[in-house]
Amino acid sequence: MTAETGIGARVKRKEDQRFLTGTGRYVDDLPLARATYAYFLRSPHAHAKIKSIDVSAAKSMPGVVEIFTGKDIADAKVGGLICGWVVKDKHGEPHKAPPHPVMALDTVRYVGDTVAMVVAGSHDEAKDAAEAIHVDYDVKPANVDLARAFDKGVPEVHAAEAPGNLIYDWEIGVKADVEAAFAKAAHVTRMDIVNNRLIPNAMEPRAAAAEYDKGTGNYTLWSTSQNPHVLRLILSAFVLGIPEHKLRVIAPDVGGGFGSKIFCYNEETMVCWAASRVGRPIKWTAERAESFMTDAHGRDHVTHAELALDKDHKFLALKVETIANMGAYLSTFSTAVPTYLYATLLAGQYTTPVIYANVKAALTHTAPVDAYRGAGRPEATFVIESIVSKAAAELKVDPAELRRKNFIPSDAFPYQTPVALQYDSGNYPPIIDEAIKIADYKGFESRRAEAKSRGKLRGIGFSSYIEACGLGPSRVIGQLGGGVGQWESAQIKFNPTGNVQVLTGAHSHGQSHETTFAQLVSDKLGIPIETVEVIHGDTATTPFGMGSYGSRSLAVGGSAIMKAADKIIAKGKKIAAHLMEASVADVVFENGNFKVAGTDKTVPLGAAVFAAYVPHNYPLEELEPGMDENAFYDPSNFVYPAGTQICEVEIDPDTGVVEVVNHTAVDDFGNIINPMIVEGQVHGGIVQGVGQALLENAVYDKETGQLLSGSYMDYTMPRADDVPSFKLGNTVTPCPHNPLGVKGCGEAGAIAAPAAVMNAVHDALAPLGVTHVPMPATPLTVWQLIQSAPRAAAG
Amino acid sequence: MTISVAMTVNGKAVSGKVEARTLLVQFLREHLGMTGTHVGCDTSQCGACVVDVDGKSVKSCTMLAVQAEGAKVITIEGLAESADKLHPMQEAFRENHALQCGFCTPGMVMSAIDMVKRHNYQLDEATVRRELEGNLCRCTGYHNIVKAILAAAPAMKSAGV
Repeated sequence: MTAETGIGARVKRKEDQRFLTGTGRYVDDLPLARATYAYFLRSPHAHAKIKSIDVSAAKSMPGVVEIFTGKDIADAKVGGLICGWVVKDKHGEPHKAPPHPVMALDTVRYVGDTVAMVVAGSHDEAKDAAEAIHVDYDVKPANVDLARAFDKGVPEVHAAEAPGNLIYDWEIGVKADVEAAFAKAAHVTRMDIVNNRLIPNAMEPRAAAAEYDKGTGNYTLWSTSQNPHVLRLILSAFVLGIPEHKLRVIAPDVGGGFGSKIFCYNEETMVCWAASRVGRPIKWTAERAESFMTDAHGRDHVTHAELALDKDHKFLALKVETIANMGAYLSTFSTAVPTYLYATLLAGQYTTPVIYANVKAALTHTAPVDAYRGAGRPEATFVIESIVSKAAAELKVDPAELRRKNFIPSDAFPYQTPVALQYDSGNYPPIIDEAIKIADYKGFESRRAEAKSRGKLRGIGFSSYIEACGLGPSRVIGQLGGGVGQWESAQIKFNPTGNVQVLTGAHSHGQSHETTFAQLVSDKLGIPIETVEVIHGDTATTPFGMGSYGSRSLAVGGSAIMKAADKIIAKGKKIAAHLMEASVADVVFENGNFKVAGTDKTVPLGAAVFAAYVPHNYPLEELEPGMDENAFYDPSNFVYPAGTQICEVEIDPDTGVVEVVNHTAVDDFGNIINPMIVEGQVHGGIVQGVGQALLENAVYDKETGQLLSGSYMDYTMPRADDVPSFKLGNTVTPCPHNPLGVKGCGEAGAIAAPAAVMNAVHDALAPLGVTHVPMPATPLTVWQLIQSAPRAAAG
Repeated sequence: MTISVAMTVNGKAVSGKVEARTLLVQFLREHLGMTGTHVGCDTSQCGACVVDVDGKSVKSCTMLAVQAEGAKVITIEGLAESADKLHPMQEAFRENHALQCGFCTPGMVMSAIDMVKRHNYQLDEATVRRELEGNLCRCTGYHNIVKAILAAAPAMKSAGV
């Protein structure tokens, strides 16, 4: 059975049947008897004082059950939302932590800030009533220009708690060493980079539903969460005070997350809190416009970077200054993203001996910014891979050769970087070699010439990324200020009839855990994959776990499953030894059977399981009945997948349209459990990266703070005809410290792609003398650059 | 004020009382409990709500329930002959890993079937990509969706659907 369904097989997904037949069960699909519906009235202003709120007219609207405002929340002493990662600034002081009320009390700080909650008999009734609420605002000037957020006179978002809009001024590396290296440099490449602001846009909008059982005092919250246990922990310990054992959080089928569903949000908090007050279940589903306004956004950095090289083109030092946007409130993990998930990655795949990074986190009157697919690592990769390609262009050397010359040598692992991380394993030259082969890099110049004959500008770009994922060693996370452990849990529960439930603390919202984890268990225990059911997403049934983000589910959660499986085998051996009247030491486990070496004695795993549940012939004196084992796995290091992407674009100089004509990705994810699923993750990641490079941009009006890109008519999502089919390859350097030898694959595509695309765009426009193209390279931007270029496109 | 509406959904006669403003997708999801059809946006662009109305592909968030009076509606729930026998497009999506989180999938499958029929079972990659303009997916990068539709076209033809 294992050849077709075991580790390494392209097993078709178990979850597909329900999703393909319309029988998936997402939060909004839940039938809840006597349900009411919530609608949130939101601030239309980026910054204003609330002078008064009049709900009297709204209260008498049809169907209205209850209306809550910030005052009700304050009176009920509901806690504020928390930021769960304490970053210490360069003086060792913890970051500024302004309050984050679940509902605005007297000030609104971004367009979309929550002002009132209407609960009514239907969504439409609640929305109608919200329109009848009269809020008297005193509109204040807003601060939405990140680059100027610290300037004198700029409106302060939280004047008392974070003067000057500064959350922290943080650094890593030794500045003096970097300055000394720059003094000796033969060449310095400098770059100013804006990492554009993105809106995650999981296709399922955020949603929450809650029910309060008066009899038991228990709450049930259904939420579109990537980590239901963590959400429960935050709500219980910090926000609502409902004891953890009285709050059940269920994250059923969840339609994509990409980071945006990690965090604890206002709306789910309010829905849960209000359920007991209303006495009926409450449902809320965001309209897409609300998702645009209030889902935590991603990226949004302004950076200056400098790379020093010696005369042989070896990198001597890297210096990076970044301002990172936090938005108006600190979201759950916002502070960690531009520090420990960003600056610690600035070594990339290279031996750059000294690196210094300074990161200043800024408050602005915009939606909170937090982790979005890759979280910090795409920003780091974009800095490194852009400046390396720029250096290659300035020095007129091949960008692949410059990279190769500076790669960490294959025999240098484990490799200690100057920015804290120790890469466990890696082998970078074969990756770029394979990418060059697949992309036919050698044939590029003839393709460029052919494109030119059609009047098109063709360019090629490289991006060689490294990421640290599989969060993570809890001890390290704790030392860096993280407020939680980062292990994962698993439980393998055999039923008496021999089938298996695998419960995981990870959560699948597209990642295919129900299939991949079943493959692991089927392979390891030698049982048919059809008999393995993976269960996730319910705090009442699954062991406490940390959820899914940061490409951690397989490396950490899969490792926990393997540990639990080892316990099953160990117990099974004892049972089998008893049944076969043999010594445990002589029992081996092969393909689902316990055997005594050198004899024909065999006990199938199923028979051992049955004996464990019907222990009539069983060593009860030494062994507990039952076959149900759990395990927790805390990794000893992050995992470090790496890869190279090569993008080829063609630009139409008459329209400025950039077409991605070829895109190659070669990754080293260590061992691969299901190549089909891994490839799917890479495809999706690449398109999010292409989206950032060419299409997507969250834009706030600099004067009013209005979100201008607040719908699919204004925010350009990548569509099928914006991208080609991709060419993928892989190499394998197993992770040396987890039992599966696996590394994470969920974010790689999005991490590497923006730099590959933009380097290709720069390469295409270089003959015109264009030296800098900002993201997103929209037709208008590119066309304007061509119009003002030193040299004409037509040759 | 409510209005009575009656139609056929997946071959079954259904009826209900709706507000004039009730959208077809609301009628399907909230009145009939058929939650396979999804709502992913409020500007009729994501395509998660695509259904078939009298042989035409329709975004059910763009049509009032009362406009579907007397119509024959087919939704994602009505495609498979049985649990074991999926529609060739559903089968192709599974074979080619053309779905991840599954949220865009119902609309994607409905649009894809319509696309194949309108192009008389003959499609190339560029056409498929262009035709998917009205359906957004954030997970798959479209790569495998395109593969699945190209694979399903001949399968639909030989199955006569």
